[in-house]
Amino acid sequence: MTETLTTRPHVGSASTAPGVAGTSTGTNGSPKPSLVFDVRGLAVSYGAFTAVREVNLKIQPNEITAFIGPSGCGKSTVLRCFNRMNDTIKGARVEGTVNYRGIDLYGSNVSANQVRKHVGMVFQKPNPFPKSIYENVAYGPRLAGIRNKGELDAIVETSLRGAALWEEVKDRLKSSALGLSGGQQQRLCIGRALAVQPDVILMDEPCSALDPIATARIEDLMQELKATNTIIIVTHSMQQAARVSDRTAFFTTEVNETSDRRTGVLVEFDRTDRIFANPSDSRTEAYVTGRFG
Amino acid sequence: MNDIAEPAPSAELLEDLVGVGGRRRTKNVVMTVLMATSVTIIIVVLAFVLFTVIGKGWSIVHSQFPHWFTDDIPATARRPGPGMKAAIIGTIITTATATVIAIPLGIAGAVYLNEYGRNSVFARILRFFTSVMAGVPSIVMGLFIYVFWVLPRHQAGLTGLAGAFALACLMLPIVVRATEEMLRLVPQNLRDASYALGGTKSRTTLTVVIPKASPGIISGCLLAVARAAGETAPLIFTIAVGAAAVHTTNYNVFSGPNTSLSLQIYANAKETFAGAQERAWGSALTLIALAFLFTIVARILSARLSKRTQ
Repeated sequence: MTETLTTRPHVGSASTAPGVAGTSTGTNGSPKPSLVFDVRGLAVSYGAFTAVREVNLKIQPNEITAFIGPSGCGKSTVLRCFNRMNDTIKGARVEGTVNYRGIDLYGSNVSANQVRKHVGMVFQKPNPFPKSIYENVAYGPRLAGIRNKGELDAIVETSLRGAALWEEVKDRLKSSALGLSGGQQQRLCIGRALAVQPDVILMDEPCSALDPIATARIEDLMQELKATNTIIIVTHSMQQAARVSDRTAFFTTEVNETSDRRTGVLVEFDRTDRIFANPSDSRTEAYVTGRFG
Repeated sequence: MNDIAEPAPSAELLEDLVGVGGRRRTKNVVMTVLMATSVTIIIVVLAFVLFTVIGKGWSIVHSQFPHWFTDDIPATARRPGPGMKAAIIGTIITTATATVIAIPLGIAGAVYLNEYGRNSVFARILRFFTSVMAGVPSIVMGLFIYVFWVLPRHQAGLTGLAGAFALACLMLPIVVRATEEMLRLVPQNLRDASYALGGTKSRTTLTVVIPKASPGIISGCLLAVARAAGETAPLIFTIAVGAAAVHTTNYNVFSGPNTSLSLQIYANAKETFAGAQERAWGSALTLIALAFLFTIVARILSARLSKRTQ
């Protein structure tokens, strides 16, 4: 079980675009695309409080899946289960199964660090390291043990090209990443995630700190990345979900009998056009038409 | 648009908008004057100390220029003349040894407290004792080393190393507290960024957290070193018997008694002879200059580091 996770299936594609082999990353390189995530009966609790429960989802390869819903509905919490980022929060407990390409991510031998090399993440607030642009992108490959300067240079270039940032920064790779604009910083963070050639990229409200022009660039970028990666995005903007995603999961909160804190539940998961045009649940309809939340 | 009348300024609104403006302005002036006075007092006192030391210490350092730094201390306080080499060397090697002991230990301890221990019972106990240790008078640290290190070794226990131990005890809480404070200021999202790329906790700490905090950590360590370099009490019964016991230079920190600038200030200042008085002022000036030099070097280092990480 662990072996398939530690030997990365698309590691040989270093010279091509980052994560390019993600399309056919079935086990044994079978051309038939396989389900990326299969989530069954997922529940996450912090101490005695259940943040989200009964989540069942199937994430398709090379698609953009959007998670929408009101604040506190647990969409970010669910997202952070896909790369085990919840492990870093003290007291967080995950129940149910999250299968990644047939392997239980929470299996006893699975290392969270290894999982995160396959499932990258972009955060709400751009968080470049206080290092140079080059060092930001090279950070992940360096962690993976790549020392060769030429190899690192190549990875940095392909990753920054992949993040549509290369042309803007190629002459100042050695200058600080903190000198970039917010939108550039966020694309740098995407490039940094691409540098470890992830199969999946998780995006936790990646545009909420950006202006409309920077947002449009990130959305265009997502469409390009779809060819090679699977993307899951949490967003507060329904328009964004409608614009970029293939499938949408709508989460909402429900009142607890035992406490005044609310627990998130997955209401509906379907093709995006159906969620917005013809939802089957009345709560989804109320949310997407703006009558609630 | 045109059917809306031009507003006539009402007296009530004006009064409300001006509000307590008059009183606030008076308060502002009073507070500004108060703060400016405080700053002035602090600067005047500092300048007075500095000019006194320079005024009284400069003549012996300058008039006997190379000898002050190259000659040993006169054997008796009565003799006039220069020579403070033994104490300069003593201060440098004792403080350096203390730094080598305290800074790695202190940084490692702070990394444990902030990155690993967090709010565990053990970490909280450690944090508590660090605060207690920071409040312990420096002479108690000297006494502690005297009882547990010097006494069992009799005469052979009186070394620069014993003094360095006492100074290290003094530096440790300062280093731990400053470092922990700096590590706490490193935003969590930087750690998350590293974790999300597959970084382990130890790699994240070494490659992201500590570099980000390093300018602050250096400032904290600097404070500790400067504090240790000027300490007298912890050295009185750890590096020699009595402040005036050693006159010759001892380069070996591990064996033989030693002396320091602070001890020489103490030993010479209490003598009535003019030569001794001069030497005490000269030692004070040398100590201040040494600390100043060290501060500048560390500041340059720190600035260079923060330029690279910002």
